[in-house]
Amino acid sequence: MFGPLDKYAAPERFYLLCKSMGPWLSAISLLLFLVGLYGGLVYAPSDYQQGDSFRIIYVHVPSAWMSMFVYVVMAVSGAMGLIWKVKISDAIARSCAPLGAAFTFLALATGSIWGKPMWGTWWVWDARLTSELILLFLYFGYMALQAAIEDRRMAARAGAILALAGLINIPIIHYSVEWWSTLHQGPTVSKMDAPSIHTSMLIPLLIMFLAFKLYFFAVLCMRARCEIIEQEKNSRWVKQLARGGVDS
Amino acid sequence: MNPRRRKILFSVIFIVAGVGVATALVLKAFQENLLYFYSPSQIASGEAPDSRLFRVGGMVVDDSVVRDPNSLKVSFDLTDTAHTVTVQYNGILPDLFREGQGIVANGQLQDGGVFVAKEVLAKHDENYMPPEVAEALENAGAEVQYGDYKTGK
Repeated sequence: MFGPLDKYAAPERFYLLCKSMGPWLSAISLLLFLVGLYGGLVYAPSDYQQGDSFRIIYVHVPSAWMSMFVYVVMAVSGAMGLIWKVKISDAIARSCAPLGAAFTFLALATGSIWGKPMWGTWWVWDARLTSELILLFLYFGYMALQAAIEDRRMAARAGAILALAGLINIPIIHYSVEWWSTLHQGPTVSKMDAPSIHTSMLIPLLIMFLAFKLYFFAVLCMRARCEIIEQEKNSRWVKQLARGGVDS
Repeated sequence: MNPRRRKILFSVIFIVAGVGVATALVLKAFQENLLYFYSPSQIASGEAPDSRLFRVGGMVVDDSVVRDPNSLKVSFDLTDTAHTVTVQYNGILPDLFREGQGIVANGQLQDGGVFVAKEVLAKHDENYMPPEVAEALENAGAEVQYGDYKTGK
């Protein structure tokens, strides 16, 4: 079905791939975090209006981007599990949910902390903030569904349908600031003309974004390994793995 | 692709498209309620509600801020470059409040066309730059662009 990628779709191969990739992803992500945080907190100049308070974007913006990216990964792998019965895609989707929820929470919390001094309020019910809150509830709903249904394959199927139905929220979050008048400002980096952020501030932001993304894949590798072992606990290779672990 | 998988694929596409269309229609129906604020032009054309609280957003007009020396009362004009509305407020203004800044005020329109605000929030724009760059831009005569206030798109 997926050509040369097919062999990695076998749970055992994917488990080993995750095992070998995990440490590399973690190490590179840690390095990028150090560089990005130094760039954001020390190297970048303070803003002409907000002073140093603007530096919260180095956590807020990457987590908000990741909150949407993780959801898409979760929904797409859920769909692949539904249609092509790819075994590992259920494990990937299931591993995504708590991570995505954490990124969403981080985006909401940091935004709220910034909003109090800058806007004058912790929270407003404008389209951007409300749709991001709905995203958090979608993740919670997915996790609750996984916990409530005992049969793993049934749970994966129900979760995939929920994730797909909620997918419409992603473009709504992204375009909310353009479609409706909101208190949240419009896009800075992803608009058509040049980003309206000074280069010295933009570079640390992009490094932080990369760090967040690699962190996600590193943790996804770890979580997916656990999920696969649990899912395949009756297969021979997992039993062998367990025996080897006890012996050595 | 075998028929069974094709069937599931079509149901997946159907779910995503169906939810998408339904959401689009709902959002279209609630378009007006989703606007966080009205613009001064919408007030001028009578689109804003006159009997309940609503929000108005715009830029604070230069030299329009008048403070009462004995209290927290303040009055200023908001503009979307086409129309202007005068806002009166009694309270503490957010840090980012200044002339030329985007502001969202929540309150009610009085008979005289004056907007009496219960709450004033600063709307930050999407521009980030060091102070020196902002200064250089100002010296060059370029005006810093604030978020647009054209609503009701």
